[in-house]
Amino acid sequence: MKTPDGADTGSAARRTCAFEVTFDGRQVEALPGRTVAAVLWAAGITSWRTTRDGGRPRGVFCGIGVCFDCLVTVNGRPNQRACLVPARPGDDIRTQEGTGHED
Amino acid sequence: MRTDLAVIGAGPAGIAAALAAARRGIRVALVDAAQGPGGQYFRQPAPGLRAEGAAPRHGRRTWARLRDALAASTVDVRPEHHVWCVERESGGLTVHALLGPEQRESVELRADAVLLATGGYETVLPFPGWTLPGVVTAGGAQAMLKGHLVTPGHTVVVAGTGPLLLPVATGLAAAGVRVAALVESTDPARLPRHARALAGKLPEAAGYAARLLRHRVPVLTRHTVVRAHGEGRLTGVTVAALDARGRVRPGTERLLPCDALAVGDGMLPHTDLAQTLGCRLDGHAVAVDAEQRTDVPGVWAAGEATGIGGAALALAEGHIAGRSIADRLRGTTPDADAWLPAARARARGRTAAAALHALHSPPAHRGDGVPDDTVICRCEEVTAGAVREALTLGAGDTRTVKLLTRAGMGWCQGRMCAPGVAAVTGCPPAPARRPFARPVPLGVLAAQYDRTAPPDDRPRPEEGPS
Repeated sequence: MKTPDGADTGSAARRTCAFEVTFDGRQVEALPGRTVAAVLWAAGITSWRTTRDGGRPRGVFCGIGVCFDCLVTVNGRPNQRACLVPARPGDDIRTQEGTGHED
Repeated sequence: MRTDLAVIGAGPAGIAAALAAARRGIRVALVDAAQGPGGQYFRQPAPGLRAEGAAPRHGRRTWARLRDALAASTVDVRPEHHVWCVERESGGLTVHALLGPEQRESVELRADAVLLATGGYETVLPFPGWTLPGVVTAGGAQAMLKGHLVTPGHTVVVAGTGPLLLPVATGLAAAGVRVAALVESTDPARLPRHARALAGKLPEAAGYAARLLRHRVPVLTRHTVVRAHGEGRLTGVTVAALDARGRVRPGTERLLPCDALAVGDGMLPHTDLAQTLGCRLDGHAVAVDAEQRTDVPGVWAAGEATGIGGAALALAEGHIAGRSIADRLRGTTPDADAWLPAARARARGRTAAAALHALHSPPAHRGDGVPDDTVICRCEEVTAGAVREALTLGAGDTRTVKLLTRAGMGWCQGRMCAPGVAAVTGCPPAPARRPFARPVPLGVLAAQYDRTAPPDDRPRPEEGPS
């Protein structure tokens, strides 16, 4: 799968057991075992959070759970590290604005 | 649950130690935050991806040997255990770990001995635009590719300094990504003075050089990224040449269009668990003796936690630690001659690591050139200007800068910004003290204070805020 932004080199596993998740309401294909961050990268999406002060876009930075830049809201629960949380069928993944809570 | 030895971290050091101890009759629990053993170096593609051959795999043969040995051993492998604290109590040590991706429930593991094989994390010195989506750490790009077969873009610049950049650039190129340049700040003219210490690493380096050539990756040495461009996501980076003193040479700037930047300036050891236990540090690393013992009874350390040195060194240190632990738990004094080959490998590894560290120090004066409006603390969005203002207010160390600016008080607890704050202020970087190695739900902490109550009366962790 080639997309305008991110890239997916896991085509061998495609269509065998792919499932759907949604990102901000739109359908995105996911492969089992991939984290939320990997699913979004494969779909060409590189940002899914805006910062609390500047409202600036953020996505993966460290990729191993240390930096907390990739925080995202999954199934209504904010502040999930997208690089650690596995995607599951039907996940409702949403861009996290600020703290992800209604302040 | 009770065991003889709890190994924290299932990378090369942890696996080697677990195997060495288990072979000598010790009950071992090997805990790790990831979904399976391997650590960052031996990170495997997620099982569902069934991607034999598609991902870069380091030390394939070594991994096959370790994986098979683990499967055949008595080692109790416990994935998805996020250890947040290790306590010393009468009668042994207690390891506290949050379970699974949810990380809402905590379990305790009691052990007579603990090995800290907690690995390290990458450092990146700040530059304008480094918070843009598409800018990732070199190790992060590597982890996403190894574990999930995804890349951050189609045209990538790999930049920074250190031996990690080579496998990252060649791995991305082999995955079909166009690597627009490998930008290394080190001057190759400095290599000959370290040639002897690095002789053992030359075949590996030659292999990477051949792969860079094959994939036609342009290599720019004594260059650095001075700015990342884009609105909302990365569209390119400006690179520039460095002079002999590590300053940007005016007029050498040029734009490299790219949609991803994989950048890394070296690594730091994870020492939080060791510090909470009271282990002495040597600089940023956990101090250990010839048996890999820390100065806290019952606590050993091996691998990157005791100094960044790579997988081969970690394997040797882990092996020695596992054997020492097996002997010490039996009340016998180990015979160091018994692990002489590992001790020799450790000595060679440490010599090479010291040379690589000296060779790949990030450019001096790097902090001076960071503009005031550049974010230094990514979590709290503190700029270089705010950090400099703290200096004018009298801050003389990074801790005071933190108290005045909040730089280092965010989610990552200063792991990402500490090198940047040190670079901008000129204050020596000091390892931060973090009582907990990762965020812990309040409900879990509350439950710790009520251990004597029957389980039903304890606050339920899931009721804590997330």
